[in-house]
Amino acid sequence: MNRFISAALLAAISTAVSGAAFGDTIKVGVIAPFSGPFAIYGKQYQEAIETYVAQNGSSAGEHEIEFIYKDVGGPNPDQSRSLAQELLIRDQVDYLAGFTFTPNALAVAPLIEQSQTPTVIFNAATSSINKESDFYLRTSYTLWQVSAPLAEWAYDQGMQTAATTVTDYGPGIDAENAFKAAFEAKGGKVVDAIRMPLSTTDFTPFIQRVRDAAPDAVFTFLPGGPPTFTYTKTYNENGLADAGIKFLGTAETEEVNLQGLGDDAIGLTTAYHYSGDHDSEANAAFKSKLNELFPDAVANWASVGAYDGTHLIYQMVEAAGSDGPAAVQSALGLEWESPRGPVSMDPEARTLVQNVYIREVERDAQTGELVNREQGIIATVGDLGWTQ
Amino acid sequence: MTLFLNIAVDGIAYGMILFMISVGLSVTMGLMRVVNLAHGGFALLGGTFAHWFGQELGLPFWPAALLAIVATIAVSLPLERLIYRRIYGFGDLQQVLATIGLTFLMIASVNLWQGSSLLSIPLPDSLKQSVDLGFRTLPVHRLVVIAAGLVSILGLWLLLDRTLFGIRLRAAVDNRGTASALGIDTDWIFMAAFGLGAGLAALGGILGAEILPIDAYYPVRYMVLFLIVVAVGGMGSISGSFVAALGLGTLETATRYLVPDYATIVFFTFVIILLALRPQGLLGKAHA
Repeated sequence: MNRFISAALLAAISTAVSGAAFGDTIKVGVIAPFSGPFAIYGKQYQEAIETYVAQNGSSAGEHEIEFIYKDVGGPNPDQSRSLAQELLIRDQVDYLAGFTFTPNALAVAPLIEQSQTPTVIFNAATSSINKESDFYLRTSYTLWQVSAPLAEWAYDQGMQTAATTVTDYGPGIDAENAFKAAFEAKGGKVVDAIRMPLSTTDFTPFIQRVRDAAPDAVFTFLPGGPPTFTYTKTYNENGLADAGIKFLGTAETEEVNLQGLGDDAIGLTTAYHYSGDHDSEANAAFKSKLNELFPDAVANWASVGAYDGTHLIYQMVEAAGSDGPAAVQSALGLEWESPRGPVSMDPEARTLVQNVYIREVERDAQTGELVNREQGIIATVGDLGWTQ
Repeated sequence: MTLFLNIAVDGIAYGMILFMISVGLSVTMGLMRVVNLAHGGFALLGGTFAHWFGQELGLPFWPAALLAIVATIAVSLPLERLIYRRIYGFGDLQQVLATIGLTFLMIASVNLWQGSSLLSIPLPDSLKQSVDLGFRTLPVHRLVVIAAGLVSILGLWLLLDRTLFGIRLRAAVDNRGTASALGIDTDWIFMAAFGLGAGLAALGGILGAEILPIDAYYPVRYMVLFLIVVAVGGMGSISGSFVAALGLGTLETATRYLVPDYATIVFFTFVIILLALRPQGLLGKAHA
């Protein structure tokens, strides 16, 4: 009798368990700013995720996928950590995603280590984050990844001296180090390395200093929006372009604020992994679906980071369901065609290996809009900052 | 020598921009003594209207700017009537809370209307050119800002010191009850002065937009800058704001040329020392 009961119980349990495996719901917690000055990031992530879902359905393999969005407000590590805790314990999420700012991403490292939760970083671009936990996977880029190839390209184009002007905070210093190391390794000379305070409103003194030093190029790193606007205006007004000092940047001409920069942006040279203007089927499909769902949306690096991150989550869910370590294992070395071009997940640094394009801002003849026109691929690299 | 000239030219140009973006605040906060943290909000409205008239409706720069200032004043007058009239009587802290609330309302409205990306104000070609100063070039729009700053300070001085309106305004601020008993229409005076402050805020927002570009978070981003100029200049003193703006602009420019890595530290250390020694500001009158 007893044996019969336990056999029945076993049967019941196994039905319940296998029932869970077929048609269960996998939850993904997305931590990003949805209010305040950085709300645009959260909005772009959500739009990109919904675009991916609209294209690929809401299930991966035998699992339904559900996204839960949490507003972290801005660079706020404490809030990021408590939201992650809430998602893991109360909502029982199996994956975490989002993370615009490096401190917010770093703050959840101990949690995801403990809960073995794969965490897909859509943006935060500091190399060292991924060293804090094996559960981090990054679908954006790192500053080394784009700045170092840019420096090498510049030298190969015959620019032998450069000045660097970077905003004085973490990412800016990363960019300065990467550019300088790569440029000097080639034999170039950095004649002046200026770190500009984060609160700078008038860039004339720095620009004038660069002009007086008369290098072949000026490399810069600025936070998007107002500083980029003022910097590029000042660059043009003080005649640096006419004096033959070439502008070299990375994310400065990103698409959301590009139209706002106006004609002053024309001719700016940047090295980056994604241009909204990238000519491929995957990008056209992504953009047309995005604009069908959200007519005002502009595709840029933040949306493509979230779109590829969602793809990665779908792949992991299909391969391993809610088994965290197996999911991460399945993601390593994965290759796919992203709207930005072909990419693969570096098994060691867990950041994408991708093409870095050299682009120049142009006004598109058909639409009349400013675009980052790709001139060529200058490197296909993973995170160059991983070993620094 | 060139370095010295560079610092002088850029310092004055930047100082004038600081003056233009904070002159409206020295009218509302300095003169009318209401802690108007919504000043940046009016500058934002001015800039947003100018963007809308110029970029979306395609008007030339000057008419767009003029209409934007008129539109901002048109928004400010009912606000004065309905909200600020109650705020005047509050204590300092309540004024801060009430006006910062208004600022958030303005930010959210602009965000809803125009989104959170940069709102550029198209400049005419005549302002985009650069003038050759011999040793370097200077963009024309900076010369326009310098001229506008000089005209504003002169105009305000004439208005406040030499007209009946100015006398009545100062009387009404000092003792509203007595002024009213003497037959001065203080409601009207306050409303007009407030409209003037909002209009100047809009003008500053539009003219300063080449350096401090307009986006929905403009008021929060530059609030400290406006407040420093008025605080260093001294409450109740327009000429104090003028001196402070030029001084701070030159100081900040000089530190950026000479010691860029320490520019922010030097700037704020100077402001702290100055306010510790003269809490009433450069040209402010000490209040009992």
